[in-house]
Amino acid sequence: MRRLSGKGCGALEVKFVPDEEVLKHIADDAGIKLQKDKAQPSVSVKRFVKKLENISDDEPQEILEEKDYVAALGICAQDPVGNGSSVSGGEVYSFKTPKRSSRLAELASELAQTPGQSAAPDHSKCPDKTTKAPQSSQRSSRVQQRNKKEFMSTTPYRLRNRLTVHYLESGSEYSSSCSEEDEENQKEDNTVSSGQKTPEKMKAASTLPPSSTLAKKNKESKMSNLVEEYFEAHSSSKVLTSDRTLQKLRRRRLSQQTLRDLLKKAPLAYAAEITELNQLHESLFSKWMLQLHLGFNIVLYGLGSKRDLLEKFRTSLLQDSVHLVVNGYFPSITVRSILNSITEEVLDHIGTFRSPLDQLDFIIERFKEDSSLELYVLIHNLDSQMLRGERSQQILAQLSSLPHIYLIASVDHINAPLMWDQAKLSLYNWLWYETTTFSPYVEETSYENSLLVQQSGSLALSSLTHVLRSLTLNARGIFRLLAQYQLENKDNPSYPGLSFQDFYQQCREAFLVNSDLTLRAQLTEFRDHKLIRTKRGADGVEYLLIPVDDSTLTDFLDKEDEDV
Amino acid sequence: MSTCSVSKGCFVFKPSPKKRRVSQKTAVHFSEGKNDLEDSELRFYTCQSLWNQIKLETEQIQEDLNKQLLDNLVSFLGRSHSEFQGKTTDWTCRMKSREIPTAALVLGVNVTDHELTFRNLSEALQNITPYIALLEAKDCPGIKNLMQKLMGQLMNCSTDVVSLEDDDYVQVSQNRIRCSMKSVVDWYESVTKKTDSETLSKKRTSSAKHQQSPPVVVIFKDMESFTTKVLQDFIVISSQHIRELPLVLIFGIATSPMIIHSLLPHSVSSLLCIELFQSFSCKEHLSTIIDKLLLTSRFPFKLGEKVLQVLINIFLYHDFSVWNFIRGFQLCIVEHFYSEPLSVLCCQLTDAKKRVNSLSHEQCENVRRLPSFRRYVERQEAEKQIALLTADSFLKETTQKLLEDLHVYHENYVSVLKCLHVFTCSLPKYPLGKQIRELHCACLENRVWETEDYETSLQLARMLNKSDLETMLQQCVEILVSSSGNELDKAVEKLKEFLTQFQKLEAEAFQEQDVSVSSQKELQKKTDLYHLQKTLLELKDSRRSKKLTKFEMLRFEVVDYIDSLVRRYLVPADHKTLHEIVYFNTASVLRGHLNAAPRIALHTALNNPYSYLKNQALKCDSGSISSKAPDICIVYKLHLECGRLINLVDWLEAFSTVVTAVDEPNADAASSDQVDDIIHARFIRAVSELELLGFIKPSKQKTDHVARLTWGGC
Repeated sequence: MRRLSGKGCGALEVKFVPDEEVLKHIADDAGIKLQKDKAQPSVSVKRFVKKLENISDDEPQEILEEKDYVAALGICAQDPVGNGSSVSGGEVYSFKTPKRSSRLAELASELAQTPGQSAAPDHSKCPDKTTKAPQSSQRSSRVQQRNKKEFMSTTPYRLRNRLTVHYLESGSEYSSSCSEEDEENQKEDNTVSSGQKTPEKMKAASTLPPSSTLAKKNKESKMSNLVEEYFEAHSSSKVLTSDRTLQKLRRRRLSQQTLRDLLKKAPLAYAAEITELNQLHESLFSKWMLQLHLGFNIVLYGLGSKRDLLEKFRTSLLQDSVHLVVNGYFPSITVRSILNSITEEVLDHIGTFRSPLDQLDFIIERFKEDSSLELYVLIHNLDSQMLRGERSQQILAQLSSLPHIYLIASVDHINAPLMWDQAKLSLYNWLWYETTTFSPYVEETSYENSLLVQQSGSLALSSLTHVLRSLTLNARGIFRLLAQYQLENKDNPSYPGLSFQDFYQQCREAFLVNSDLTLRAQLTEFRDHKLIRTKRGADGVEYLLIPVDDSTLTDFLDKEDEDV
Repeated sequence: MSTCSVSKGCFVFKPSPKKRRVSQKTAVHFSEGKNDLEDSELRFYTCQSLWNQIKLETEQIQEDLNKQLLDNLVSFLGRSHSEFQGKTTDWTCRMKSREIPTAALVLGVNVTDHELTFRNLSEALQNITPYIALLEAKDCPGIKNLMQKLMGQLMNCSTDVVSLEDDDYVQVSQNRIRCSMKSVVDWYESVTKKTDSETLSKKRTSSAKHQQSPPVVVIFKDMESFTTKVLQDFIVISSQHIRELPLVLIFGIATSPMIIHSLLPHSVSSLLCIELFQSFSCKEHLSTIIDKLLLTSRFPFKLGEKVLQVLINIFLYHDFSVWNFIRGFQLCIVEHFYSEPLSVLCCQLTDAKKRVNSLSHEQCENVRRLPSFRRYVERQEAEKQIALLTADSFLKETTQKLLEDLHVYHENYVSVLKCLHVFTCSLPKYPLGKQIRELHCACLENRVWETEDYETSLQLARMLNKSDLETMLQQCVEILVSSSGNELDKAVEKLKEFLTQFQKLEAEAFQEQDVSVSSQKELQKKTDLYHLQKTLLELKDSRRSKKLTKFEMLRFEVVDYIDSLVRRYLVPADHKTLHEIVYFNTASVLRGHLNAAPRIALHTALNNPYSYLKNQALKCDSGSISSKAPDICIVYKLHLECGRLINLVDWLEAFSTVVTAVDEPNADAASSDQVDDIIHARFIRAVSELELLGFIKPSKQKTDHVARLTWGGC
């Protein structure tokens, strides 16, 4: 990115110049650049993004640049959401290669390594291999850590790189291509001082200073690679990650309760700073009230749970007025229930409505008639799974547009603003407030079916045994067969289930059923109790599956064995 | 009562009636939470009255702009309707032509602004017909809903006409009537008959002003979003009844009239008799708004350059919505009055002078703290400086004077700006912008005469031809005369003088032509070669020296004069003392509230927690992240390394590696188990938080894997 192009000759033009010059340029005349950018708003954003990628190796500069960018954002006035991703484009890889002067070149070379080989799978493969390393011999990795602690604590990626290399040397089973790559990375770590490398000549890395044409090529290939990489990564169904599962870990899934207890023990990091942040936000409460009353609605965004903040707002300012709190993260919340609580509890209306729209009309009518009615609506997580639908948002937007309904809501999802089109936005009449709190989302995630939390394992087991107790011996036998078969195949990730024909065969052999029909009747019974699931394979064959995780199933079989 | 529950998601809190404040005054919130209680009430009321004025003004502007369109539409309705009336007897003729009169209203992409237009429209149409139905696509997913909505609206509006005594008819709820076109027709017949009889009888109710069979107007607010099927069905059905029901359709169109033909097949669109109406463009609307709200001395409140730029950019690059622009303007007003204690003086000059007198000492101190006022003080002599800084009364006097100066400056500024715009708006390539708002921004930003663009535009202005120049001068004179400033009288005189000089030039031009002709003639005289050469050289010489004709001289003078006016009157506002009182300049606040970037905030928080949590432990160089960062940051950073799918076990492993690196792992295994459990729990929490934020989702593709939902950055 050269000064000339910064000054802008109309068309979008990308030229390359060594990073040093870029830095100099930015330090010198950020002001000029800004001004010029304003003159050509449409072009400049792209340029900014590229610039960002270029200079991202120097943090202070980057902050400056980002500020400029954000400043220019208003001036250039591109869609901030769209740019949110682009601004970070330069930083994606920053974790790997901190403090290196030629990050871009390295990045590009990494992406464009061997043309024939796809870059994305490589990318996903290596970290996994590397992370595998510490686990395979955990104790020694600890030792390792202690040795290199200072170094590692700041640069985890490098840490892992090093660990990998370490284990590679000690002879592990990794593929040679991967290890080579790691070594190369390692080498780069050591040798890189400045300058860019051509992707083709990785080995000759530290020797030659860049020529601008090469760099340009480099860049171009990087850009196109990014696109290709995306499709490559998303087209292949092959998953290149390690096969380890949580089952193999000593501590598997924690129950919700133990999780909560454990987290209570863990001290909240940076409590003082977080309270400070919160106080900052709390000082705005009266301003929020003012703006709510002037016809705006308020939406809060930013990292961290905003629940406590809103609760505090509620308890400190809304005690004397009618208000409605909606937990958007509640798994079975619906717009209907929100409307119902308004009509039934706020407006004291008894009766039902045919559709939410009718109900909405009724509410609008009532609020128009009676100007003394006032209602504050607090919605935690307006962007939750249940409320993010188009129709729900439409209704909520219409509700919020009433002059005497004051809405204050929080959003967390990165794509939350996509919920609203212009029409809804104008109904909502949002004022955005950034309230980054860094507080953990305790309530919000407590309902979530988290992957790691053992949700209903115990429940499933007890229900399994209960249902089966009430069945005949043969039926139990049938289920047992299926369960055993499933456990035998648990290592096969693409296990589709047991096909009906095979199952029938096995049952016959075990003298459990005598006809196709009996088995079907039995299976219907299971299905009604949600003990099994059937799905049709690509070949039209019916496959049977027990939708319970393997550990529960093992427990179940063990118990059954005891009983027998 | 707590708001956590496993069985409920909505909680209503109703305070006991006696505790309930009936309606808390907004003013209370204005002054709450601030230490400078002074004048806050006054400030709030100033703010509110100013906003109300502005609101009225904007509505007025829109109405004026809409007037032409509405008039056209009303006359169109009258026409379609008269045809119907004329042909009521001639059934056969009517039967043949089943075309529904349709108005296609092209309103532009700023859908959010249409609401007001439609409101005006239906108000205007009330004079012609009481039967108006406004339909929106979101209410009409199917033809049944559409009919329901239509009938509901039509029958409700008939209650206005039909007096309350015949309740039994009106009260037939629309639920019980079968929703069909037939019932609409029946209803229409009965209603018109009734009104007929009513008008004939003694009562001359409001319906009397409508003609005998007023048309039924159905407005489709957002035609593009209707399902094609619904529209087609409706049109086909209603065309069957057009001879019994004088139906008129109005389509609100955001894109282009071509959409009708792409939405409707020919067989359907041939049932419509479409007339096109074009509303004013939103850019025009914005220009008018800016002209009437900002480039006027009527309203004391002004926008700073950056703020205006932000608002205009939101308009141009995001929504084209004038309504949003005005909303932003409202926010500016509120912010200004809320955050600036001295904004109490931001009112009409006479009031402001009075208010200055009653300023408290604290407020005087506020005045002294203003940067522009400090600069002013520094320019004064020593004694005066002391007086300004110590004596409140003297300060008040000076403030009054300065406010008056500011006021005069505004008046002059606006007129001169308009004059300058007259000159620059027709220059090739528009170096200073085509619109006056661009020029305004340029002038507010810094001294416009120091910019390159201004230099080029002056260069270009020096090349204007005479007729253009004259018309421009004429326009300038008009602008300056209409302005109220007295200072500009001199300028008016001067410009008039220029104009007369131009006229004189015209007369002189004839004579000059004679001279040149005579010299030509001289040339043609018979001479010898030597003399010819000599005269030619002389001529050449004279031309070179006398390059400037009188007209050119005058043109230079005019441009120079305009330049001098610009230098004198178009000083950027922030060079003016006390500009903080009337100018709102904190663009960052405005941008944060209106044009927020949630993803950037999230990204910054995750990547660089130090920018929020000011703890030295978090401060680290360059893009890396310290391992002491909050868990979610670490987990986020780790997940960036992965491809499409992430193995949870590996992730957990990596996480614990990073975290234990900080935690000073001590060797005894007993406690490390405990630690491991806690780390495990922390990891679980962080992962589910990432899931909540939408970075990952559970994947069924492989056991214990999650899928990444972001690609590349963020």
